[in-house]
Amino acid sequence: MSSGVGTADTTRLGPGVGVAGRSRSRPGVGTVYRWELLKLRHQKRTYLGLGAAAIVPILFVVAIHFRHHRSGGGDFAFASYLTKSGLVVPLVLLLFGAVWMFPLITALVAGDIFASEDHNGTLKTVLTRSLERWHIFTGKALATATYAVTAIFISGTVGVIAGSIQSGFNSVQTLSGSIVSAPKGLELVYLSLLVYLIPIGTVVCIGLLLSTITRNSAAAVVGTLMISLLFQLIGILPGLGALQPYLLSTQFNAWQGLLRQPIDWAPIVRAAWVCAMYAVPALATAFLVFLRRDVAGG
Amino acid sequence: MTDTAPGTSPLEERSSPGAPPPVEVRGLVKRYGELEAVAGVDLTVKAGDVYGYLGPNGAGKTTCLRMMLGLIRPTAGSVRLFGRDPQETVQALDGVAGFVEAPTFYPYLTGRRNLELLAGFDGGDAGDRIDQALEIVDLTDRARDKIGGYSHGMRQRIGIAAALLRDPKLLLLDEPATGLDPAGMRDMRLLIRRLADQGMTVLLSSHLLAEVEELCNRVAIVRTGKIVYEGAIADLKRGAGATYRLSTTNDERAIAVCRAQPGIADVRVAHGRISFAADEPAVADLSQALIEAGALIHSLAPQTVTLEDLFFSLTEGDGVVNGTVPAGDPAPAEASR
Repeated sequence: MSSGVGTADTTRLGPGVGVAGRSRSRPGVGTVYRWELLKLRHQKRTYLGLGAAAIVPILFVVAIHFRHHRSGGGDFAFASYLTKSGLVVPLVLLLFGAVWMFPLITALVAGDIFASEDHNGTLKTVLTRSLERWHIFTGKALATATYAVTAIFISGTVGVIAGSIQSGFNSVQTLSGSIVSAPKGLELVYLSLLVYLIPIGTVVCIGLLLSTITRNSAAAVVGTLMISLLFQLIGILPGLGALQPYLLSTQFNAWQGLLRQPIDWAPIVRAAWVCAMYAVPALATAFLVFLRRDVAGG
Repeated sequence: MTDTAPGTSPLEERSSPGAPPPVEVRGLVKRYGELEAVAGVDLTVKAGDVYGYLGPNGAGKTTCLRMMLGLIRPTAGSVRLFGRDPQETVQALDGVAGFVEAPTFYPYLTGRRNLELLAGFDGGDAGDRIDQALEIVDLTDRARDKIGGYSHGMRQRIGIAAALLRDPKLLLLDEPATGLDPAGMRDMRLLIRRLADQGMTVLLSSHLLAEVEELCNRVAIVRTGKIVYEGAIADLKRGAGATYRLSTTNDERAIAVCRAQPGIADVRVAHGRISFAADEPAVADLSQALIEAGALIHSLAPQTVTLEDLFFSLTEGDGVVNGTVPAGDPAPAEASR
């Protein structure tokens, strides 16, 4: 039969079969999380984001290689150390990546994860199964966070490897001027990546909010990036210096507190609460909107 | 939470005799600003029914189905599936499956992967039913292809397969045959018939009146958000009364006789033919009266009333079909004479 249904005995699937006497195990957040990760593994945008996180450090190291042969150095933090230790590469990437690269990589998935379900009409498919809406929201949010963490750590790890091949796995100079050994430097790099996840988490929450509200993937991705750039813009406007400590863009520099001796925890603590100030309302709004919204499209 | 007898699942208890009906909708209203998409719908689908939900485009059928599945919130009124409100808990959908508009899936995953995902979201032993569900809808051979490459008909069929994973007692289907070729439509009808024969309750919305007439025992006909008829198709036809067509040697005189004759209703003239509604004894009396009046009969034949006739009368006419009682009316409407 080419166009129709098969002749299999439907009584095997008939009412009540498989239900009697069994306690039905209900799916939850874990189920959604696992399937969301699988779905991400099958989507091009995931590889676009993770690919960019991996390739940019390599391109950066290649650029350092040629620049070193021409003039060397620069006028930003760690610039003079770029050719002396590969451990500096991921740190410099954190510095410049905060402007748009990491927010964009994060927004690629955060802005899409709900909106694409609207676009494909699949939200109604999953909402008519056995999952509460909060299961779906939480599973998706956790999967997005996992993607963002993966992107940051891929970028950092590729940066360390590529930088070490170019400049060697050497000791590194902290922002206080002291020299730390390569293993200690590596530890500081990964701690910096962890601290960097605080503002990245906020970008995730903003992306989820826009994805839920706009129901349009492109609008949510671009909107998330625009908000991130807007914070950068406010930070450089004259007369708004008092706002600087409370801007999301400033919190992308909090990791630098780890590279002082003794460690300056103040920017890290401030990043935690300032980011929470942006992230919690965004996430809560997205959650409530998702819980209460009508699913009328698709 | 109610106690369940040992060895009896909550779902079985919900479908036992005396249990709440599979679908009970009361005073359902959905407004979008000024637009009232659903305007006070009442309907009851009983266990074992194959229930047709009929109406023209924009009548609010899909909106109503979305509210039944908990996808959108009613402005007013209530939906109960086996006695549970889908707005309150997703457990109201236990034993319920279906789709609204076209079934949708993740295009970048294979058919099987999509079903695995949905089975995971169903929990229980839904995953054990994937192979059989694919076999039933004849998609076993294409299960490892991405759904993005499926035809419309294949998507409709895998939509049915996805519904069957839930081992449903109630199937809600929105235009299941839309977009299918004639063979696909026939096979979809056969599948629904088979499922219904096994005791599954089915509510399907459709534009295809012949399909509904063939499959369904009860219908609701909706017009601009309101139910204009709810009940058995047989009752609808019975309520419509028998109609006859008449041709005589003197039609003008015959019309006057018909209008004066007791038991003859809804006398109309179209394309030179007289039609009227009456029961058999009244028709016998009429033929006698016509002869006495000198209007000799060329032909006098009963007309078959189809669901399509009734549907158009209810949705495009005045909502009254030869004495049919529109939903919500307290007494039979008096036919025009």
